[in-house]
Amino acid sequence: MNLHEYQAKELLKKYNVPVQEGISADSVMAAEEAYRQIKSETNSKFAVIKAQIHAGGRGKGLIQGTEQHGVQVVKSAEEAAAVARNILGGVLVTKQTGAEGKKVNKIFVAKDAYYEGEHPVAEFYLSILLDRSKGQNVIMYSTEGGMDIEEVAEKTPEKIFKEWVYPGGGLMPYQAREIAFNLGLSGTAFKNCVKFVTNLYNAYIGTDASMLEINPLFKTSDDKIIAVDCKLNIDENALMRHPDIEALRDVTEEDPTEVEAGQYNLNFVKLDGNVGCMVNGAGLAMATMDMIKLSGGDPANFLDVGGTANAETVEAGFRIILKDPNVKAILINIFGGIVRCDRVAAGVIEAFNKLGNIEIPIIVRLQGTNAEEAKKLIDESGLKVQSAILLSEAADLVKKAVA
Amino acid sequence: MSVLVNKDSKVIVQGFTGTEGTFHASQMLEYGTQVVGGVTPGKGGQTHLDRPVFNTVADAVKATGANVSIIFVPPAFAADAVFEAANAGIELIVCITEGIPVQDMVKVKSFLEGKSARLIGPNCPGVITAEQAKVGIMPGFIFKAGRVGIVSKSGTLTYEAADQVVKAGLGISTAIGIGGDPIIGTTTKEAVELLMNDPETDAIIMIGEIGGSMEADAAKWIKENNRKPVVGFIAGQTAPAGRRMGHAGAIIGGADDTAAAKMKILAENGVTVVASPADIGKTLAEVLSKGK
Repeated sequence: MNLHEYQAKELLKKYNVPVQEGISADSVMAAEEAYRQIKSETNSKFAVIKAQIHAGGRGKGLIQGTEQHGVQVVKSAEEAAAVARNILGGVLVTKQTGAEGKKVNKIFVAKDAYYEGEHPVAEFYLSILLDRSKGQNVIMYSTEGGMDIEEVAEKTPEKIFKEWVYPGGGLMPYQAREIAFNLGLSGTAFKNCVKFVTNLYNAYIGTDASMLEINPLFKTSDDKIIAVDCKLNIDENALMRHPDIEALRDVTEEDPTEVEAGQYNLNFVKLDGNVGCMVNGAGLAMATMDMIKLSGGDPANFLDVGGTANAETVEAGFRIILKDPNVKAILINIFGGIVRCDRVAAGVIEAFNKLGNIEIPIIVRLQGTNAEEAKKLIDESGLKVQSAILLSEAADLVKKAVA
Repeated sequence: MSVLVNKDSKVIVQGFTGTEGTFHASQMLEYGTQVVGGVTPGKGGQTHLDRPVFNTVADAVKATGANVSIIFVPPAFAADAVFEAANAGIELIVCITEGIPVQDMVKVKSFLEGKSARLIGPNCPGVITAEQAKVGIMPGFIFKAGRVGIVSKSGTLTYEAADQVVKAGLGISTAIGIGGDPIIGTTTKEAVELLMNDPETDAIIMIGEIGGSMEADAAKWIKENNRKPVVGFIAGQTAPAGRRMGHAGAIIGGADDTAAAKMKILAENGVTVVASPADIGKTLAEVLSKGK
């Protein structure tokens, strides 16, 4: 599950991780008020307005049809209001959103972190994530902060450091020190960085994060170490023990069809092809998508109906797939093991009858327990449904449907 | 011989009296698996499916001599169940549970390092040695006995492959469902190695999917140790990057863990790669007959 910057920063503060503070706002008036409050707290006229969407590249991104960037420094309440007006309700297009962009419903009015002082400021990069092949969490960091880290990794891989955390002991103090040394810090900034990294790792573990990225990790002119931006993803499987974090889910950031599918306990991912599919099991579902492609079509979705493919789930699946006007055919591929194919067939027929006039070709491939009986049921139903038993037969039917 | 489980395996069920545990334990018994008892904390002393129920895995092992455990407990408690089984001296732990938090698995994986217990899964259909023992949730009737081993990250795709193998006139030695999570107990390479060393397996089907580097690691091992034909399929050729496709581990993270990249590395290392899932059985039969 993805979180917004302002939500992630609230969570980090609970673990004593210093952040660039600010106030979230969903209206122009609230943004103006937030600016005034920040000005009185900081005694500085500088503040930063940041669009809150689940995607990176906001600073360089533009609000569709305007010259307004997703992140902007403002110097007065009037300017804050004007920028908020430009951003709120607009569609922000960044490198990560794709051309369609994402609608901005909230902004974060943040305190200026780049104020002048005794020492030079510095931007670093730091992220914590799971290294699947090692089965350990890894802290990845670099002196090249505030930049596209993939670019740094490609052009100057020697500037990226990694610190693996042994699961038995957690992050050791020497590791936190090593990170601070490698970032070239000393004195107060060094001490602050060790504390920051230690607390940040605790936040990563404590929130069951699957990815926590701080870019830039910032050294202020008075040697504080703070998170200026923060990207936090939470392991969906762990949400059961974090109801407070689950409550932060912003469904407006997700595809509405996917949200609806989730309500039926269906695992659905929207794609942009022309052949819909409904399959039991994630691996077989992906394999079915691949087969559609090899048959000359393009998969319109991933849909795993799970272990119980009954009339209800099939009906929900039909409804969700049929919302997409690009779908020219639907392939149902069920390998009945414990679930009997004739039951699934009855479910398909029931769902089909209930929905009435489905105009596009439906191909049902049922294999496994009672596959022959199931085929007979489908063939004798009088419905415009084509049946198959072998996967290769289903592939041929898809080929014909998209030809 | 076969690998991991056979007719002599003594199996206990953790989460025995729950809905899933009850249903699949009775299916396993029907298949002929020696299910010798089960564990449900607080229900020790009772009898379920004509088998004794114990409070702890240690009690169950002591009383029954069980060497295999299958876990059906809910995700929040599954890691704990693996720890318990490993500490009680269980040799093979099969964890069916889907949805275990990944940080729990980080702990489990590191705990099992250097221990004698082997974990299969989680989020897997289990292990079946055809016509001997089923320690899992797969439909047993598909798996006719033979000499083809299967290693797979996916449940229904394993059934699909087994069915195609049988329809091609061949049969299955052992099918190992290793699971679709980012961190699993037994990797693709380790499972392939087991089958490569099994005198009763002549050929191997390896089914992978997008995400992670397990198939690539297995491919490199196969090149160095190849003694048997391996047919590979990677699901997710059409999956978009950065999206989780059902399985927690099925997500493209970079250029190296796409289906295309994995298919390439498999082919380069001597694995016969099939593009369509409909061709798995057919291709295996061809490869086997060519070798003869």
